This record gives sequence, C-alpha cells and structure tokens, in this order.
Amino acid sequence: MDLASLSSNLLYAAFVFYFIATIFFGASIRTKGKSDKQSRAATIAITITIIGFVLQLGYFITRWIVSKHAPVSNLFEFTTFFGMMLVFAFIIIYFIYRLNILGLFTLPVAIIIIAYASMFPTEVSPLIPALQTHWLYIHVTTAAAGEAILAVSFAAGLIYLIKMIDQSSFSIKNFTLELVIYAIYATIGFIMITLAFRATGYEAMFEVPMKDDPTVLTEVEYNMPAIYGPADGTLLTDDVMEPIFTVPTWMEGEDAARKLNTLVWSMLTGLALYGITLLILRKRVAAAIQPLLTKVNPDLVDEISYRSVAIGFPVFTLGALIFAMIWAQQAWNRFWGWDPKEVWALVTWLFYAAFLHLRLSKGWEGERSAWLAVIGFVIIMFNLIVVNLVIAGLHSYA
Amino acid sequence: MGNRTCECGHVNPKGTVLCESCGKPMEGNQHIDGNEPNKLLNMRYDGSARRSKTYNKTFVDKVWNFFSSVKVGVWLIVLVLVASAIGTIYPQEMNNQSPLPAAQYYVEEYGITGKIYYQLGFHDLYGSWWYLLLVAGLAISLVIASLDRVVPLYRSLKKQKPKRHTTFMQRQRLFGKAEQATEQDKEEMIANLKKKRYKITEQEGHVLAEKGRFSRWGPYVNHIGLIIFLMGVMLRSVPFMYIDETLWVREGETEPIPGTDGQYYIENVDFFVETYDESDPRFKDALEQEGTVVSNYQTDAIIYERTDDGLPGVEPELTKIQEGAIQVNNPIKVDGFGLYQTTYQLNEFKSMSFKIHETNDKEEKAIGGEFTIDLMNPESEYILENGMRVEIVSYFPEFDMEDGEPVSVSKYPKNPAFVLNVYPPEDPNSPETSFLAIGANLDPEENNQYKVSITNFETRDVTGLTITKDRTLWILALGGLIFMIGVVQGMYWPHRRIWIQPKEQGFWLAAHTNKNWFGMKKEIQQVIEGTDVPMVNDQVEQEQ
Repeated sequence: MDLASLSSNLLYAAFVFYFIATIFFGASIRTKGKSDKQSRAATIAITITIIGFVLQLGYFITRWIVSKHAPVSNLFEFTTFFGMMLVFAFIIIYFIYRLNILGLFTLPVAIIIIAYASMFPTEVSPLIPALQTHWLYIHVTTAAAGEAILAVSFAAGLIYLIKMIDQSSFSIKNFTLELVIYAIYATIGFIMITLAFRATGYEAMFEVPMKDDPTVLTEVEYNMPAIYGPADGTLLTDDVMEPIFTVPTWMEGEDAARKLNTLVWSMLTGLALYGITLLILRKRVAAAIQPLLTKVNPDLVDEISYRSVAIGFPVFTLGALIFAMIWAQQAWNRFWGWDPKEVWALVTWLFYAAFLHLRLSKGWEGERSAWLAVIGFVIIMFNLIVVNLVIAGLHSYA
Repeated sequence: MGNRTCECGHVNPKGTVLCESCGKPMEGNQHIDGNEPNKLLNMRYDGSARRSKTYNKTFVDKVWNFFSSVKVGVWLIVLVLVASAIGTIYPQEMNNQSPLPAAQYYVEEYGITGKIYYQLGFHDLYGSWWYLLLVAGLAISLVIASLDRVVPLYRSLKKQKPKRHTTFMQRQRLFGKAEQATEQDKEEMIANLKKKRYKITEQEGHVLAEKGRFSRWGPYVNHIGLIIFLMGVMLRSVPFMYIDETLWVREGETEPIPGTDGQYYIENVDFFVETYDESDPRFKDALEQEGTVVSNYQTDAIIYERTDDGLPGVEPELTKIQEGAIQVNNPIKVDGFGLYQTTYQLNEFKSMSFKIHETNDKEEKAIGGEFTIDLMNPESEYILENGMRVEIVSYFPEFDMEDGEPVSVSKYPKNPAFVLNVYPPEDPNSPETSFLAIGANLDPEENNQYKVSITNFETRDVTGLTITKDRTLWILALGGLIFMIGVVQGMYWPHRRIWIQPKEQGFWLAAHTNKNWFGMKKEIQQVIEGTDVPMVNDQVEQEQ
C-alpha cells in the first residue's frame, strides 16, 4: 500500500471510529443509576474518540508527506481539517467538563462535516504561487481551530435549546429549532444523494451557450437528474430525465444551474429523511430528544457554550484576521482587500464580538446566548460553504 | 443628586453609587445601578460614578451618553456586520476585472437586482460615506464607552479600603458569618490566601485579599488596541505614510522606481511563468481535472542606486546594489520599499522588421534591404540602402477599429499597426500609402507598385510590479498585538476579592469575583480548609 492510499484509509478509519464513539456516548447517557463520570461506556467512548483523532492526525501527516505541503489547500482538505479540529476542541473541553452529552452532539457534527468534505475532489492538488508560503498553514490551521472551538459552542447551545425550550405546544422557537435540525438533515441529504447517484454513475450532458459569446456552445455535465436544467440548454444524453424547470437567466455562471439542482436534490432528500424521522417518532425531533437530556445541567451547558466562545474568539481573531492580514500583506501587498472570504471572517468576528458584549455587559445568558451560538455557527458554515461555492473570490477553492 | 460625603468620611465624586472607600450604598444614587434595598449590590463597575449615568443636560452630555451605551455599541457592530455582508452579494467595483463601466456591468451581469445594487451604491459599499460613518461611529463608541467606565473604575479600585461598611458585606453574593472563628483561624486563612497569590491589605483588623485586578483592564486594553489599529488604517490616506504605485518593466529595460525620487532603479533581466509538470505523479490526478496550473511567476531583477548628482536630463550613473528574484509571496525590499510581483504581460512586441518588394513579384524579393522599427521608440522615417524612404504616417501600438476608424487602445505594442508612406526612388514626390497590421496588409488605392511585408519580429515579456512603502504596518501590528493582549488579559483571569471584617464574636466574610463564581467558591473552600470558618453562602443560589 503506498502512502497516498494509506492516508485515505486512515481517514476512513477515523470516520468509523468517530461513528462508534458516538454510539458509546449515546449509551453513556442512557446508563441509569451511575453518575456520568463513572460510566464505563463514557470511558470507552472518549478513548475511541481519541484513537479516531490520532488516526485522522495520521491521515493529515501522511497526506502532508505525499503532497509536500500542508493538506489545507483545497475545500476537501480544509473541511476535513476543520472536522479534525472540532474533534480536538471537543476532546479538550470534554476533559475540562466531562460532559458526555456533548460528545453525542459534537461528534455527529464532525462526522457530517468530514463526509461533506469527501464530496469534493480529493486529489492532491498543486499550489498556485500565492499559496506557496508557510502562512498557508499558519493562517488556515489557526483559523480552522478557532472556528472549530466556536462550533463546540454551537453544539452546547443546541443541547441547551433542545433541553430548555418548551415542547408542549408548537411555537416560533420550536419551528426555528426544527429548522436548524432540518439543516443538518439537508446536509446528510446532500451526502446521501451525491453518493447514490455517484454509485449509479448517472450522467446527463447539456449543451449551453457561453455567457460571453452565445454563439459558442459549451457542455455542462450533470451527475444528478436535472430538476433544474441550465438556461437555454439542450439535453444531449439519451434516456435520461428531461429538466422539469430551467434556472432563471439572472443566475449567472455555467455551474449555477448545476449547483442549484444539487441544492434542490439535497433539500428534498433532507426533507424526505426528516419526514421519515417524524413518522417514526410521531413528534418533533427536538421533542423526541428532550427526554434524553433530563439529567443535563443547563447551567453547565451554558457555561461550556460561553467558555468555547471565550477560547475560540481570540484563536479565531489571530488565525482568521491577524495571520490572514500578515499573509495578504506579503502575497498581495495589501493586508485587506474586501475579498468576500475576508469580509465574512470580519462578519464572524463582529458577530462574536457582539455576542461577548451582550453576554458580559447585557447579561444575555442561557437561552438567548444559546440562540446566538447557533447563529454564529450558521455564519461560520455560510463562510465555509456558500462563500466558497457561490460567491467567487480569491479563496474559492472549488 | 445624593450626598457626596460618606459616613466613613470619604468624599466621593458626584454620581457615586457605592462609596469608593467603604462600599456603603450612597443615598439617592441607588437607582443608577438598579440596586434595591436588601437585595444584592450590582458590582459591575464597583458602583463608581460614571459620567453617562450622572449628567444628562447639555448636548455634549447626550452625545456622550449615546456613545457610552453598550446597547448602542452592539447596534453599531450589528449594522457594520450587516452592511459588510451586503457588500459580498455582488463583486465590489474595486475587485472587478471587467472592462465595462460599473453602470453597465451590474445591470448586464446581474439584471434588475444588479441595477438596484448599483443604484444604491453597494458596488462601492466599503468606500461609501455611510459605511465609513458607521465604522467611525463604532470607533467613537469604543473610546467613549471605555473612558466612561475605565476612569471611575480605576479611581474606585484605587481608593478602596479593607474596612467595609456592613451593608456592603451583607449584600455581596458570597457572604458568611464565622462567629466561632478565632484570631488563629484568621491568620491561617490569610496565610492560605497568600499562598494563592492574593495581595493582603489590613486596616484596623479588617482584611482585603485581592488578586487579578489587572484583568479588569482587559476590555479597555483591547479597545485601545482596536483604536490604534483603526488609526493606522486612517493614516494610510497620508501619502508620506503609504505609497502604492504600479510599475511595468520590459525585459532588458531599466526603470526608476516610483516614489524614490529617482534614487533607485530596477532592471528586468528576465520574466517567466512556470507551470506544474503534468507527468509529476504527485499531482497527476488533479492536473488532469484542472488543466495547467501555474507554479511560479518570477522576475529576475537588478536594483541600482543612482550615484551621480541626479541632475535632470543627465544620463544617470547607476551602481548595482542588489540582485535577485521577485516572486509572489517573495518581494524584494529596497530601503523600506517593497517590490511585489503583481501582474505581467507575455510576448509584447519589441521590434518589427520589414522588407519592400514589387507588388507583382511572386517571389517577394527584397529591394534595398530590410528596416527594423523599434516599437517603443519608432523613428519618423527609415532610409533604405538604395535610398528609398519609408515614412511612418501613423503608428497604433495596440490597434483596434472604433466606429470604422483605426485607433490605439493603449501606448503599449500589444497589437502594432502602421500607416506607411513609401517614397519610390524614381519618384520621391509621390508616395504610396500602405496599411500594415498583424494579419493585414492593405493597399487603400490598390495600385501600389511596391509592397511592404513583415519579415521578422521580436517579443519580450513585461513584468507588472507594485511598489509599496507602508509606514503604518507597525501601527497595525501594535494595535493587533495590544488587542490580543487585552482579550486574553480580560478573559482568562478573574478579579477576586475577599473581605474579612472583625466582629465582637469571630468575623464576617464576603467575596466578589467578576466571573466564574464556581471557581471562586472552590477557592474559598480551599482557603478555609483546616479552620473553623464555615463556608460562605451563595445568596443568588439561595434565592432560587
């Protein structure tokens, strides 16, 4: 086995270990009688988590050796690394607070993030000149670590909300909480549907006029049946589904139609998964999880959520703003260029600055603070997914 | 507004909530911090007299009070946040490579929404007056909100005395009576506190144990850092502080470096672009997907310093001082100036050679030899060996047709074209006109006896450098550093105080921390270990 395949096998192994660890964390909160700390399941769970983390570290190091640069240079590598940092941040916080339920929430988020990462091209890619610097991994790793610690705050916030929000009747709060849960389902939907059509080898070719010069035709390949076809496109492949809709013409870019199509498929699959869950549970997902959280101390979860922001905020500032500026100064001789990714790092920073002011000066604790932690994570995910895939800029890896 | 002299004799500033010295609630001022009788005291700013809570009469007061509010500050943060996010919906004009004017670009590219975006001025959002106003508002809020709190808080913490008013003690969150405790217990506690790095001050048997006061300054330190950073950014508009110029240098040419007053020159020895080897097994898969990927942009350059008096018009005398490569991420530095690889132009025409032959000569045999035009510096006429004269009537370095007229888009020879007059030796007064461009050789009257043809051309690469001198960087770095120090200072250490007040029987104990009450209680537990002092009560938990 060469080093490159060893590297990807290590990642698979880590993935499986995180999965098993989640099951044990699940078992640990169901153990009756014993307190959390003594639970044997919990000891096994955290041990497996650490083994998984070490395996993923192995993936990271071997891939670094193969590519001869830090594997944080494309969307697959960065997102996987973000997942790894999330597990790392969780391990640290776990040893401070010993809260098993946190594992049950954080590890699935890390699993989904790593699976999501694997949907992007996984080849080792060469570095363009601007990326050929040590600042690549100084900036990217610190920024990812900061975001990961902030993501733990989201997991804790989510636990708090599921535990504390009144589930006896339907309300806007319940609806919003279900929406957050549905977003997780939609991400799983994206992964499942991509894998499903990849397995069947689905392919549909469209001929589309180029934007700059409509007389020239270019080909666009769909790997999922076209619910949304490209504007003015002609289907070339036989025996495949004709598009039901075409994208409106204001959606620019030759990939816009395909991305919208993938988004619609992901949302529909997520909706189907969510619907099935509802049918099985016969109640809202949060309402079904709530009884599992009876033993959870809300003040402790609130404290973890805040503490994660308190640690994550300076790390994020250092990595995503200060190191980023030093690098930008060196590569493009301006430390700030209002590139969308930069702006969204600033937006994230401003958001957590507001969070801290509200919490420390205005006494926003408990539920309000938990909602803010959720919104913060939405902003981080927006920066990771939408800014990279939709809004073009210097950072658009994919 | 309230009495300023406390019964302990200390004279407080107007608007003080808790006496700076003994902590007794000052009559008439309790509404300021929302204190209610018999409830716990609000200790946020130690009950110090904040200007914003004391004065609200004049215009200045109102402005001060507006900007010192945390609520206003958070609103400003949120507004800057939302505005910044809006600016990423479509590309900003400054980051846009399109040659179209903005008025046209947004509507053509994004339709009606693009048009609205442009008309609202969002295409230059970060340079708009209202965005700058929001940022300026945030900066003012940073200064005023900090001053409003830090000055009285500093005063209050400096003037505090170990001897506290009983009300102050009883209305602390952590409070307990150790009536059975002896003087020996007290000594032991003090010893334990010292071990935990508490600073002990005593006054008539009253004890104040304090640690981590410096963390109270953290928020203000990080705000100072941000102010310094923003000042550094503002200074960039001062030309002395910040120079940013673009310089194009052709291969083989030497140009003065802008901004240096002709003191330094740069020669472009060679510019080249390298790409990744597609057979490299490392990147084979990726390169198959992505196509060619550039691995390096590089200018091999020599830097000269002018060593003569620098009189205008005199050919400069240059001394080589530095030689090296300029790459992306790897600029050359000369006397505080940074030379950055920014852009390039490959294969710009350098010169073109022509011959003249008879129009109907199938073999196109040259008459009178060739002539070569230096495209950056063309002469007005060229005399051939046989005395034939060629005159350049018009020269278009970057030729294009506009409304049926030939024009030059730029002065750079990217697509040279000429209108030439050829004066035949036998009839020097009636020239023949020809038009030559790449892929075109026209004879407007179609009766020319002689034809001009391109025989050869030379090209060279041009490197596009950015020259910057930035005297603000250290200010920005300093601001960033101070901000980080402030965040860490304020976030990771608690400010803890424990008061011991002697009573006829034993003593009272009260404690306050600005964060992490759990840790505070744990520490008190450790301090009283081995003594007869009972654990203090958490009066917040008792209420619940």
